[in-house]
Formats: sequence, C-alpha cells, structure tokens
Amino acid sequence: MRVQGRGLVDRNSPVTFRFDGIAYEGFAGDTLASALLANDVRLMGRSFKYHRPRGVLTAGSEEPNALVTVGAGVGQEPNMRATVQEIYPGLEAQSQNRWPSLGFDLLSVNDLAAPFLGAGFYYKTFMWPRAFWEKLYEPVIRRAAGLGALSGKPDGDRYERAWAFCDLLVIGAGPAGLMAALTAARAGLDVILADEDARMGGRLLAESHEVDGMPGPDWVDSVLNELQAMDNVRLMSRTTVTGAYDQGTYGALERVGHHLPRAEKRPLETFWRIVARRSILAAGALERPVAFTNNDRPGIMTAGAVRTYLNRYGVSPGKAVTVFGNNDDAHRTARDLIAAGVHVSAVIDARADAAVDVKAPIYKGAVVSGSSGRKQLESITVRSGGREEKIATDCLAMSGGWNPTVHLTCHMNGRPTWREDIQSFVPTPGAIPGMEVAGACNGTMTTAACLREGAEVAARVAADLGKKAKAADLPKAEDDPYRLTALWHVPGKGRAWLDFQNDVTVKDVKQAATENFRSVEHMKRYTTQGMATDQGKNSNVAALAILADATGRGIPETGTTTFRPPYAPVAIAAMGSGATGKGFAPERKTTSHAATVERKAPLIEAGLWYRPSYFPQAGETNWRQSCDREVGYVRNAVGICDVSTLGKIDIQGPDAARLLDFVYTNTFSTLKLGRVRYGLMLREDGHVMDDGTTARLGEHHYVMTTTTAAAGQVMKHLDFVTQALHPEWDVHLISVTEQWAQFAVAGPKSRELLNGLLDTSLSDDDWPFMACGEVSVAGVTGRLFRISFSGEHAYELAVPARFGDSLFRLLVARAEAMGGGAYGMEALNVLRVEKGFITHSEIHGRTTAYDIGMERMISAKKDCIGKTMAARPGLVDPERERLVGLRPAGAAKQITAGAHLFNPGDAPVRVNDQGYVTSVAFSPTLGMNIALGFLKRGPERYGETVKLVDHARGVETLCEVVNPVFFDPEGGRVRG
Amino acid sequence: MRITCPICGERDSREFSYRGADVALHRPDPEAGEAAWDDYVHLRDNPAGETRDMWYHEGGCGAWIVVTRNTVTHEVIGSELAAEVAR
Amino acid sequence: MGDLIAKSACDGLLPLEIGGATLTEIVFDAITSVAPWRGHEQAVSDALKSQMGAAFPAPNRSTGKAKSRAVWSGRGQALVLGPPLEPIAGAAMTDQTDAWACVALEGPAARDVLARLVPIDLRDGSFKRGHAARTQLMHMSIVLMRTGADRYGIMALRSMAGTLVHDLETAMEAVAARG
Repeated sequence: MRVQGRGLVDRNSPVTFRFDGIAYEGFAGDTLASALLANDVRLMGRSFKYHRPRGVLTAGSEEPNALVTVGAGVGQEPNMRATVQEIYPGLEAQSQNRWPSLGFDLLSVNDLAAPFLGAGFYYKTFMWPRAFWEKLYEPVIRRAAGLGALSGKPDGDRYERAWAFCDLLVIGAGPAGLMAALTAARAGLDVILADEDARMGGRLLAESHEVDGMPGPDWVDSVLNELQAMDNVRLMSRTTVTGAYDQGTYGALERVGHHLPRAEKRPLETFWRIVARRSILAAGALERPVAFTNNDRPGIMTAGAVRTYLNRYGVSPGKAVTVFGNNDDAHRTARDLIAAGVHVSAVIDARADAAVDVKAPIYKGAVVSGSSGRKQLESITVRSGGREEKIATDCLAMSGGWNPTVHLTCHMNGRPTWREDIQSFVPTPGAIPGMEVAGACNGTMTTAACLREGAEVAARVAADLGKKAKAADLPKAEDDPYRLTALWHVPGKGRAWLDFQNDVTVKDVKQAATENFRSVEHMKRYTTQGMATDQGKNSNVAALAILADATGRGIPETGTTTFRPPYAPVAIAAMGSGATGKGFAPERKTTSHAATVERKAPLIEAGLWYRPSYFPQAGETNWRQSCDREVGYVRNAVGICDVSTLGKIDIQGPDAARLLDFVYTNTFSTLKLGRVRYGLMLREDGHVMDDGTTARLGEHHYVMTTTTAAAGQVMKHLDFVTQALHPEWDVHLISVTEQWAQFAVAGPKSRELLNGLLDTSLSDDDWPFMACGEVSVAGVTGRLFRISFSGEHAYELAVPARFGDSLFRLLVARAEAMGGGAYGMEALNVLRVEKGFITHSEIHGRTTAYDIGMERMISAKKDCIGKTMAARPGLVDPERERLVGLRPAGAAKQITAGAHLFNPGDAPVRVNDQGYVTSVAFSPTLGMNIALGFLKRGPERYGETVKLVDHARGVETLCEVVNPVFFDPEGGRVRG
Repeated sequence: MRITCPICGERDSREFSYRGADVALHRPDPEAGEAAWDDYVHLRDNPAGETRDMWYHEGGCGAWIVVTRNTVTHEVIGSELAAEVAR
Repeated sequence: MGDLIAKSACDGLLPLEIGGATLTEIVFDAITSVAPWRGHEQAVSDALKSQMGAAFPAPNRSTGKAKSRAVWSGRGQALVLGPPLEPIAGAAMTDQTDAWACVALEGPAARDVLARLVPIDLRDGSFKRGHAARTQLMHMSIVLMRTGADRYGIMALRSMAGTLVHDLETAMEAVAARG
C-alpha cells in the first residue's frame, strides 16, 4: 500500500501498466516490484524446482524471486527482475514458471513431493536405463523446472557495444562512491561514475538519515548537480559493472531501453568496455536473509528492502509488519515504519542483550521459527526461551546482517578475507591491480565512515595519478555502530530456505556434507546452491556457514566458491551486439559487383569477398549448363573474369629482390624488368604456404600476387621476415589489392579483344607469355600481365579501381560480341583442374613442394624460408601421397572431392588408405569427370587403377591414375 | 587485455594477433643441424611466470612486437619492436 | 571505343545525416603512399614540404590541411591525400588513390558514434586535432584522423565501403535514438 508523505516517486505522474493481463497504476520512478506492492500484489513468481509461491525478497538487482517476462512475442524478455524493471506507460509483464496461472500452478505438486526431491535426487534417480537420459528424463525435467522462455524467433531488438576511457572508474554511487567521484573530479581526474540503479544515491535514497543537515536524497542531488556540471565527469546510471578484466578493462551493461516503450532504432542495452587507469569499487553491501522454517512466503523480505520500499517508493509492503534481525541496523526498519504511520507488530532481535529503541512489542533473545500463509504471509511464530507464540503479520522484515559486495574484487582469481567482527567477507587488498575499495563493500558500515573512506581513497588515487585533492570537508552523517551476532539458521522442523531461486534448503547443504561433498565447490554443484540467476548473492555466505558448521570447520577455512563475471546477468545479445547479420564480418565487394548482381549471378563467399559462381542465361536450368558454356568461352573464344580479389603487394626498396629470394623457393633477383614469374612460398616447417606470380616493374620495384585466401597471411609473413628476421633490409611493403580492378581476359580471342581496346597493339614479340607492363585503356593508365590460370592465351588487365565497373562492362560486352562472355568461379575452377593447376584445395597446409611435384623449384643456390625443414627425409619420402590426376575407369562415373583412394582389392578402411581426392570437375572440354588428388607414390603409378570410396556420400568407383595436366600437356595454347 | 604497441601506444588486445614465443626471432643457420631447427620450429617452453612472445599489430600499424608478460598474474611487463630486438 | 567512367568508393551510399552527425564521402585527386628509404627520411620530408606544403608526419599524426594532407599510416609510411606527387628520390611511392574509401564524420555526436565502433581512447586529451591512428572500426582496419573539434576522417579499404557506411549508419542511428 502507498504511504502518504513518503518516497521519491512522482505522484503527479501516474503510469498504467499490466501484470498477468491486469491493469495497475503506479508512479513515475516506481519499479515493477514497488508498483505491484503499492497495489497489494505480493505473489510475483514461482520457484524453479518446487513451484513455491514467491514474492519479492529484495529491492535490487540481487532479486531471486520476482522474475518476470516483459513484452510478448519476438521481443519478449524473460527473467527480468521486477525490482529492477522500471514501469512505463504500456508495460506488459507476465509471471513465469507457472501453468495455467500464477495463482494456480499445477506443477506445485512438486512441492508436495519435496521429501523425495532433495539434493542429489536427480543424480540418484534418473540413472537407468541409459537410453532414457536424453529421450525422457531430460525433456521432462526441463519442462518441470525452469524460468522464462524466449520467443524462439530471431531477436529483433537492437543492442550495441561501446568503449569508454577514464582515469578513474567509480563503481557504485552510494555515499562512498559519490564522495569518491566528487573528490577525484574536483582534483581534475577524468571520472566515470557508474551505478546500476536508475537513480544514483544508493542506500541514501532508501534511508531516512540526514546527510550534511539535509535529507539524504537532497544531498545526493547536490553532489550530482556538481558532478554533472563538470566536463571531466561522466555519469552512467542504469549501468552495472559486470566484470573486472586485465589491465584496467571493465565490462559494464547499460540498460538503455528497458525502461521505455520500444523504439525501433534505440538499443535495448549497451555493453560497455570501460578502460580505466584506476577504479574504486563502492558497490555497497547486500543484506542476507535468515534461514528459518518456511522463510520464503510472499511478504517475507529483507529489512533493508522494506526500508527501500517505504523511503524511496512510498510503499509499505504490509499493513502489519514484523521486524526480525540479529543486528541494530534492522531496528531502523521498525523506526521508519512507525514514523510513517505503519503498524509494527513486533521487533524480534536474536540477541538477548540488544538495545532496542522502538515503540513496538519487543522480543529479545528470540527468533522466528516458522510462518504460515500460502500465497501471502499470514502469521509468524516467535520462539523465545523455549516458548512459541504466533504473531499475525502480513510482512516480515528480516536481517541476518550485510554482505559486502566483494564480487568484482574476485574476478581475477582473488579470494575475499573473512572479518569476524561483521561476520562477513571483505575484499582482499590488491586483488585487482588498480582497484581500490571504499564503503560498505569494504565492510565500512556507517554513512559517515563511508563518506570519509570514499573521499580518502579517491584522494589517494588522485595523488598516485599526479593530481592533488583538496582536503575533503566531510558532510555530517549518521555514525551509529553496526553490531551483530551471527545468526545463519533457526533450527526447526520443515524446510528453511537458503537459495530461494533454486530451492536449496539448509537440509540439502547438510545432506551434501553427510554424503562427503565437503568442499564448498562440491556442495554447490551437488545442491545447485548459488547456481541460479542471482548467483547466490542472497544465500552463498549463509550456505557456506552451514556447511562449515556441518563439517566442523570455520567459515574462512571452508572458503567461498569462485566469483566469476558477470556480476549480474548479461544477455548474450548484448555481449555479441553489432556482430549479427551484416555486422558479423565485413563484406568485400569487387568493382564488378553491381554488374555481377545485375546479371543474376549467384554469389559465393571467398574469405570476406563475394564472387560470382556463374552467370546464368535464359534457358539454362542448372549451374552445370552455365559453367560448361563459360568454360567454352575460354577454350574457344574469350572469357572475362574479375580476379581483383587476389592479394597484390607492392614491394619496393634496395633489398626488394633479396626479400623475394628469401621468401620464395625460386629466384626473383634474376627476373627481367617487365617480366612475371610464378613463385612458390613455404612455411618455415617446409610445407607450402602459398603460390602466385610476381612481376618486376622496376629495378627496386616488384608487385607480388597472392591467392585470395592467403593475402592476409602472406602480408603478415612478409612483415615478419622484414621486421623480425631481417630488420637490416631496406624494403617497403604496401597492399595494392584495393587499388586495382583486375580482370582476366582469357581465350584464343583475348589478344584480338584487347587490341581493339588498348592504345597499343599486342604481339608475341612485344608481349610474350609472362610479359608485363603499362598500357593505356581508353586513356586510362593500366597494367597488363600476360599470365594464364586457364592454360589459354590470356592476359590480366588492371585499371585503377574507380574504373573497374566501367571496364568490366566494356570487356564483357566486347567478349560477348566475339562469342565469349563473363565467367565465374565454377568455370575458373574447371579450367584450372583441366590444367592441373593447384589452389588451396591442394596446398592445404599438409603438402610439400615435393608432394605437388615442384621440388625442383627449391633453388639449390640460396637459402629460403622452409628450405631446411623441407629437406627432412619424411618430407621427401617417395611413399608420400603426391599429386595425381584421376579419371573414371569403371562403370560408375561419379568422383567426389574428399573421397579416399584404395588399392582395388583392399577393404576401404583406414589402414589401407592410399590417398584422397582434393578437387573434382566435370570437364566439358574432355567430356568427363576429372579430379586432382594425392596418392602414395602417385607419379609412379600413372595408368594404374585405384578404388575411390566416399563413405560420407556412399560413392564407390574405380579410377585411372593419370598425369594431373589433363589438357594441353605441352602448353602450346598458352604461348600461341 | 591491453598491450602497448611501441609505436601506437596502449591498445586493446583485439588489435593484435598472437604468434608464440620470441624463439621465432632466432632463426638458425641453414647448416645448424637437425636439433637446432627442431628447437626453432617445434619446441616451446610453457612457463608459469614471465614469458616473451610475439604479437603482430595487425589491426594497427603492422608492427611485430615482443611482449614480456606474466602468465600467472596476467601482468604485461613491457613491449619492444621486434625490429629493434632482432637488430 | 567507349570511355571508362569513374565511380567513387561510396558511390550511391552517401551522404547521410542522422541526429547530430553527418557522414560524407571525400574524394581526393590522389592518394600516394610514401615510405622513405633508410637514411632518406629528412630529404623525403623536405621534398614533401616543397611539393605539397607539409612535412612527413610523425607516428600517430597528420600534417597539412584539408585539401593537402599527409597522414601517418603505419611503420615508416604516410599517405599523402590531395595533390598528385612527382616521384621523390629515395622513397617508395605507390598510387593508392583508388584503394581507400574516405569519409568524414562530423557533428556534435561524432565522437559518441565512433565510441561504438573504434576501440581507442578518443578523449580530447588523448586524440587531438592533428592526431591520427591505425586502428579498427568494428572488424575493419582503418586510418582515423581528427581533423576538427567535431570532425574525423576515416579511411577503410575500398571493397569494404558498404560495410563502413553500414556500421557507421547503425551507430549514428543508435546515438540519435537516445535523444
């Protein structure tokens, strides 16, 4: 219910929203949880395993119970915490893990079966038969247990990622964080202040204390106003710092759109990478519940949460509230409620010697031992000196003390330190390089001390970074001592809950210990304690205290489980933001792309490039028809193909030739100006890295061509050789792949085509095979190379890329007029297989120069990369699988790439393996399927028959082993 | 993880690609023999502690650098241009 | 014989104006890479000064002005943007006029847009006017320059012009949608 005169919500801005289809009204500034409590809705969810009715436990991001689905359909967001989700006009939220409704959930029968469903039940029960694991047990268990669901459709929402840099990242904007940010900012540091709440201020918004003589929220506003006015400060609200990583990198999730109606282009969340020279963790503390029988009923929540609902949202979670705790802080809840006019039924303090200054029935040395009310708390039982008494109440505010939020300090393998006086773990200093800790997360429990520590730590950081902070004038604030006595568990019959979301009880933890799962990590996995979406924020310390007790050890010896990022759940969509669809990888498009698409050529990806597969024509019904036609262009007339994607590296400098001689197996220093040479490049381990042609354009100027696939790898390799192996060489490299649009003009009519286009006339004398030089194309200076990847008389013509589109259209039009046309990757592949030319299908990383029959290309006269290791006996063993051609020899004519080769009489099993097929093509020129492959002692076996077996596709056939050059073995056509 | 490129300054590790130990800098003579070449191409230490390895500033200036770092603490201790180290 | 028609890298894609940022293509008369041979650094810088009025830039810097700029582009290498250059003795020079898609991102939102794409520190104290960087924009290698208080020059590989514009447009929309 709303409490008049309390809270920071805007009572002039009513907001209508729906929960499980029912419309409610709240105010701007409400969370879904506070607005529902204001409407007396207490039941907000069902637990994971037993489907127990649950209400809110907390008022923050640690909430385990009140998880809801926001929205419906494609954009539905499951497992949103009602305590974090702000309401907005039109918000639609649904409860989860219930059927048919939240109030009547059929699977709550699990709760009746609870005696059988304790820790380890699944492990012990669903063992046999094995065949049931995946088919029966898992689907059934998954259906019964669970949280919200995604729509199953592609996520239509936008997410984004972003970078931010600062001198100091302050994590948390409570009293310590605000004071730290203010001190550092005044000293001149670049500060980012990040806070996960929509409104900064931390507990100061939730408490009734004064700071500096004014209400806490007013002091917060005054500090924020000052910070906002400073250029060196960036305030990031709704931003949870989720992880601490190496070298001052932090992950942070900003909720950009969850508090607003959806807008098409606005991201829902931004995942920030914040790089900070220093950070101050001021993340506060989380209050822990007390485990007693049936401590999970809707209406039972932490005492601090009750104060948050009252003081920040102007809501009392109950009409008659009982307060139960083991520390003085809990008393504040009762005092604030009474001051606000809410009835307090009792204050129960577990300590017999507690000083309780509250005008309400007081029970000292007493505990709450039970509760009743199924969907709503109706009463609790107080046990005091052996007597039990029922108290009617609809809300229990409980406090077992506060756990400092140490999580981020443990993200780089740090372990927290136990502090006996506050019965809590605190951060171990230095756990994250560059991170300091201040305030409640450091175990500093009064407002005054938090303010002081924030200022002091920030001044120290400023000094470290060479800035001087003025002595802080600390605002006055409460400094009441925080006294408590440990209270983890109230003994009694029935189930006392620890992990509310995963339904782990005190009994489960004790059972784990009994069954010898004594390590805290084993206990966690056996019971699932701390494995829910809240990651045990509310329960881990209590659970390990109970484990410590059950195993006869102290809490520090028992230790904690490992804290890992993220601190709070992060959607995969946010972490992977920007990398879906077109953001997955850049698309590289050639200058002929538009013309290619106009011709309806299907595109294939070649690395990041998009290249035409083939250019279909009217009447063709399958790709083979198009491909065969295009092969015919090149063999009989002239074909045009965009080859711009091949890597081109400009190499200049006095030592250019020396570099080429060192990275290629063959010699380039002897190459004449205006000539091109084929080169083979090895890795240092003696295997082939890449091949291609290199042209000499000047005394100290070459241009190297790489395969499309290896362009990046070769550039990196050349950089390595010139920097790490021979830094004394004066040689300069730059990629010119993008500068030139380069087209193969291939076929017997290629010269005729070019002669009609170039300003010069080509002849065999001036332009023999492997010549290169400048030419003028319609007044544009280009480069011409007489090289061939088809075995035909062919050229590659390059012009500056801005003319690429135009030249491609021109070349294709002319080729078409001569009985030829454009050809794509399929035809290019057929043409090269017919000639036995290799690609990365053959030089796939495990083949040597010897394997591809090029061992004579390794010059004996000089050293080169890979030469020494290529000479190892194993790499030149005649038994190796070596390049051969294959053609069908049996009745079945099908050959498949990836098939393995066997001797005809042998069983097709691994030990009999003789080799494999790497490339297959139907050769329209020869009228049959042909293939390249590797076969043991291959070149010695021309004429033999081998058995080809493709187990994956069910193909078995006989093949004849032949020379890999199927077509024009003498090479007359390329020179003619 | 952040690495300092001696030319470009401190950058996120995504700009770099990793090659392995700085052994790669010490290419043996072609006649150094099998053992030396085996060491160079194949054998690497796997230190728990300080290590020196090669990174390529592929998303940056194209420099090969030698990074000294600690595999246990993740501390990045320093970086030098490979061209300077190799000289 | 037909004439060859020139098409710029971002032909048909730009300009764009979204929220507080505009994106336009810049077409330079020429882009030439210049890498001095060893020992010729000073002479090459002097030759540049006389040819286009700006010295060879130090690492992570650019020199000159809008129509005639030299930007550092990697180890011992700069790109001269604007005037075509005469050959310089003792320098490796390569025509790169058509190799790059060059765009200007401008406006009060420009830095916020870049912060979504580029992983480097763009704060005023770290990346000032006249500063340059080889870095990445999403997955692409770029040359980035700050050419004004709210103005940046970005160069990416020509073949990736479509992706460059797509990535920038997406970030511009997201920044604008925050209001």
